[in-house]
Amino acid sequence: MASIGHVTPQTMHFAEPLPLRSGATLAGYDLVYETYGTLNAERSNAVLVCHALNASHHVAGTHEGQERSEGWWDNLVGPGKPLDTDQFFVIGVNNLGSCFGSTGPMHVNPATGQPWGADFPVVTVEDWVDAQARLLDRLGIVQLAAILGGSLGGMQALSWTLRHPERVRDCIAVATAPNLSAQNIAFNEVARRAIITDPDFHGGHYRAHGVLPRRGLRVARMIGHITYLSDDSMEEKFGRELRATELGYSTQDIEFQIESYLRHQGDKFSEYFDANTYLLITRALDYFDPALAHGGDLSRAFEVARHIRFGLVSFTTDWRFSPARSREIVKALVDNRIEVSYAEIAAPHGHDAFLLEDPRYHGVLKAWFSRIAGELRQGTAAKGVPA
Amino acid sequence: MTGRRELEVIAELVPPGSRVLDLGCGGGELLAHLRDARGCTGYGVEIDDENVLACARRGVNVIQLNLEEGLALFEDASFDLVLQLQTLQHLRNTERMLRETARVGRQGIVSFPNFAHWPNRLSVARGRMPVTKTLPYQWYDTPNIRVGTFADFEVLAQRNGLNILDSFGLNGGEPVRRWPNLRASVAVFKFERA
Repeated sequence: MASIGHVTPQTMHFAEPLPLRSGATLAGYDLVYETYGTLNAERSNAVLVCHALNASHHVAGTHEGQERSEGWWDNLVGPGKPLDTDQFFVIGVNNLGSCFGSTGPMHVNPATGQPWGADFPVVTVEDWVDAQARLLDRLGIVQLAAILGGSLGGMQALSWTLRHPERVRDCIAVATAPNLSAQNIAFNEVARRAIITDPDFHGGHYRAHGVLPRRGLRVARMIGHITYLSDDSMEEKFGRELRATELGYSTQDIEFQIESYLRHQGDKFSEYFDANTYLLITRALDYFDPALAHGGDLSRAFEVARHIRFGLVSFTTDWRFSPARSREIVKALVDNRIEVSYAEIAAPHGHDAFLLEDPRYHGVLKAWFSRIAGELRQGTAAKGVPA
Repeated sequence: MTGRRELEVIAELVPPGSRVLDLGCGGGELLAHLRDARGCTGYGVEIDDENVLACARRGVNVIQLNLEEGLALFEDASFDLVLQLQTLQHLRNTERMLRETARVGRQGIVSFPNFAHWPNRLSVARGRMPVTKTLPYQWYDTPNIRVGTFADFEVLAQRNGLNILDSFGLNGGEPVRRWPNLRASVAVFKFERA
């Protein structure tokens, strides 16, 4: 299938301060974003794609002069693809606190003239959504045809329907959860401790010391990566395969291929990802819990979203964002008689499945987006079977 | 399989504007028909990937679930009508599912192959399991793990405190109201909790 081709990120500056959930305020900030396709005259065909932990605004297409620079959801977004850029105007935004261009810990704090480092304010999913809403204001988009996200991006998509319900017609949330379980928070905490206890971390001001806490980041990525794969897919990919032909009887050298793979992933990640960003984003994951403000009642949280149509997808072997968690969301929507479809895909790849091309998964998304595109063409808000 | 005519006959049992839950909704044909012809709303529940995709393409709200796991997603009496057409016979936990149907819906409609249909009786009398249009499978590879008769269901309904509002048979999609246990290939029951 055709790719979008070369795309160019853009930057938008926001001078108006952004009040954050923590009570802090971000005085001014930049958001880096990309767009694909064309905004129609009615400005009604925009789809915002929210990114997960280690991704960015670069959702699809390639960056000129960079080999293998396909966006992280290039298999889903493009001409003729499930999210068809011939029909929709697709926007990817880099979240605040990230290390890929939008204002984050690597940037200079205007108040001190020094890099923010660990002093960058704690940002939440809700803060990201509010910042994205301002970007849409500036692009002249009043209502999104759809909000789409997977994993942490799915949490943002859900949050959109709760914070700005009047601005969303359809919400498609993949491999996500209404909040993190204790086990999930535990994994995040192990990752954070790996970073924070790296001697090169320096309380988060490692750049001022001219070093990077690479060891911590490597371990953080290794543990994260384990949780994104299923036991079966790891078994199939690596099994007990040795790197050498026979055992070396070493406790410190690599013996098994899985060790080699994880170390490689960790090394790669530590070269391009910022440690403070990792801490911030895992915290945003931990904090997300829209039911909390409603006494833990997720159904009540979704009362404001009654006019929105939802599509949810989970993957059977995803134990980090398990189908049971998606079903909790479905139940809350059904309780509100909200229109919802839910596909539970029997994929072997664990959480990573949401980034892979599976004909059942992509088929369902394509059908949902085709329906939205059809409604846009008819210029109606007509929907299918209203729940 | 639910034929077109059978689908229309059953749709006529559904009051216009009902909020319906269609358990084992297949490709969403009935839900789409109820939406377009009778202004109904609601969801389908389906386990099969192909059917889920067909529902999505038809613009029918579908929730992919294994009915054997129950209906925990749905609150008591949250639907006007719960449909369970040609599904019961595939479920291990038939009785529990029937109770769940009656719990979630104010009314329920079920349909299933009537094993007491005379050609089936004839076949068994000859010593062989029937292979017919309604029961097209060989005994050793049939998805119909529960076989029952029109008369059997009346007993099961009573056992579970269900009040039968209407019942009839279908043959070739056409209603059979006289001696349905003998003359109908498919049994249809509409009921509510007593």
